[in-house]
Amino acid sequence: MKNTFIARNPSVLWFLAGLAIFTILVTIMSEATGFGLISTSFLKTLGKTLCLCLVAIAMDVVWGYCGILSLGHFAFFGIGGYAIGMWLMYARTEGIVLTSLKANALPPTATEITDAIGGQIFGVVGSSDFPMIWAFSHSLPLQLLAVILVPGVLALVFGWLAFRSRVTGVYLSILTQAMTLALSLYFFQNDTGLRGNNGLSGLQNIPGLEDQSQAVVSLWFFWASAIALALGYVLFAYVVSGKFGSVIRAIRDNEARVRFLGYHVEHYKLFVFTLTAMIAGVAGALYYPQAGIINPAEIAPIASIYLAVWVAIGGRGRLYGAVIGAALVSLLSSWFTGGSAPNINLGFYVIKWTDWWLVLLGLSFVLVTLFFPKGIGGIFDALAKKTPPNREGDFGPDKGAWRNEEGEPS
Amino acid sequence: MSTLLEVSGVSVTFDGFRAINNLSIQIAEPELRAVIGPNGAGKTTFMDIVTGKTKPDEGRVVFGDRGDSLLGMSESQIAQAGIGRKFQKPTVFEAQTVRENIAMALKNKRGPFDVLLRRKTENREDRIRAISDEIGLTDALDQQSGSLSHGQKQWLEIGMLLAQDPRLLLVDEPAAGMTPAEREHTTDLLVRAAKTRAVVVVEHDMEFVRRLNCKVTVLHEGSVLAEGSLDHVTKNKDVVDVYLGR
Repeated sequence: MKNTFIARNPSVLWFLAGLAIFTILVTIMSEATGFGLISTSFLKTLGKTLCLCLVAIAMDVVWGYCGILSLGHFAFFGIGGYAIGMWLMYARTEGIVLTSLKANALPPTATEITDAIGGQIFGVVGSSDFPMIWAFSHSLPLQLLAVILVPGVLALVFGWLAFRSRVTGVYLSILTQAMTLALSLYFFQNDTGLRGNNGLSGLQNIPGLEDQSQAVVSLWFFWASAIALALGYVLFAYVVSGKFGSVIRAIRDNEARVRFLGYHVEHYKLFVFTLTAMIAGVAGALYYPQAGIINPAEIAPIASIYLAVWVAIGGRGRLYGAVIGAALVSLLSSWFTGGSAPNINLGFYVIKWTDWWLVLLGLSFVLVTLFFPKGIGGIFDALAKKTPPNREGDFGPDKGAWRNEEGEPS
Repeated sequence: MSTLLEVSGVSVTFDGFRAINNLSIQIAEPELRAVIGPNGAGKTTFMDIVTGKTKPDEGRVVFGDRGDSLLGMSESQIAQAGIGRKFQKPTVFEAQTVRENIAMALKNKRGPFDVLLRRKTENREDRIRAISDEIGLTDALDQQSGSLSHGQKQWLEIGMLLAQDPRLLLVDEPAAGMTPAEREHTTDLLVRAAKTRAVVVVEHDMEFVRRLNCKVTVLHEGSVLAEGSLDHVTKNKDVVDVYLGR
């Protein structure tokens, strides 16, 4: 079974091999293991990029294979980040509070501790009470469960409502975008209890790992991200291969026809939408501890649009295309916007890439869509000589009929 | 022969236009039935109603031994109940191979978890083989179905219908755009299929209908104008008037 799966999907093996080599190389070059050719901050960028690749393949399954242009998957990604961030913040603040209260003559009561933690976390929004939404924040297992379940349940309910009323195409995209906007506004509110526009911060400090340096912790997160990406890739390759993949691609191409074959199209869409949302949550939970901070701006609709742009540039309908697109565009983006890209002096005007990067990205999106609809991944087709057959045809069906080379050019 | 499908007193109005007007048709099992009629007679709308694409304003549509009403069911439920449909324009999944197209149509459990987890069912390959032999596409099994000729696509779609193993086949203009030899093959396929199940063929072409050699229902302005053998209906004065124009 496993053998045939790999045999039928050779790209999985190539991808896993490439990812393993990349991980080993980065590990050797990192500060934690010696050579220090890669700075810890760049290691974090690489680890984050792997998480973005994971959410991009989820997007590719839902859009490139199933045809649902979801503009909400980055919101699920952010929710995953918030879910893990709440535990990180709680546990770390608890540690700090306990240390400082130790100096008191009387041992602190449970209420005092809770109040002190609340004061530390919510002081920034002028409060010290724990809102309901933090009820499980003391427990790592429960918050880890929330990383998967909250995006999953949200996608399930939203998808059930949307797919059941047969909203498709651009209208569905608008609906998902509305959902994303509503979510980000909800997270922005101070009343929500997630520290409003301050978001959650200090997430790079992992409770229990205080004695490890950031160089080591970053490397661990890099490995975790690589493993998550590898597992996610295999999972999605399994989902989109075989008959299930056949059915979802058929839904993308002609939904009504699939219904007449007896498939409940809505169930399939719901399955894909929910599964990809949960994986997006996992990716977010690995991303934000490396980023160190999460705030509602991360959930804003523009982030989900970026996600679609990455997948389009990388190549829809092939998993490795999404990985290439996400990695390339997000790394380029941090290079251009980080100020490392040299300015171009035209004499009368200086092109500063921090200002012009978005223009460049938009332009390349338009160009890719117009001229390379298969994206960067399409290059692999060209390498594998998968050229479409010449459908022009001859003049007649018989051997005796005029062949193309004899006929008049039409 | 027992009644499989019963359509009675069905009417549909599209923006004030009565596409189907008090239509009643009964199909037995097994039976081969041809439905003919001029453009706009309501042939395709009749199929839309039976397959759940269009909901009628009034009337009854019951199917099967227990006489379940089809009106409250969705398209996919109706298909699972045993009604297969071939469209006027061949609609196969062009980006996928012939094998994938047939495999998708094969009668199996249709739920997402069933399809995802239970990957290989026994004799699946045998069934695909048998169907591709029947429709003459065995050599093209691994070809993209988008690269097939028009006639081959029509056959592939008929093959997908057979793979579904439905009790009732609704076939909309199966011979459109086919060469005479291909038409003959198609007639054979349909006649053979009708030995074990009910087949309803909508067709314009009288020669094709004559070769099917079966009971004919003539539709006109959304209701049945005449019914009987082809010779019988072609002698009917109303039918002649409708077809030649008054």
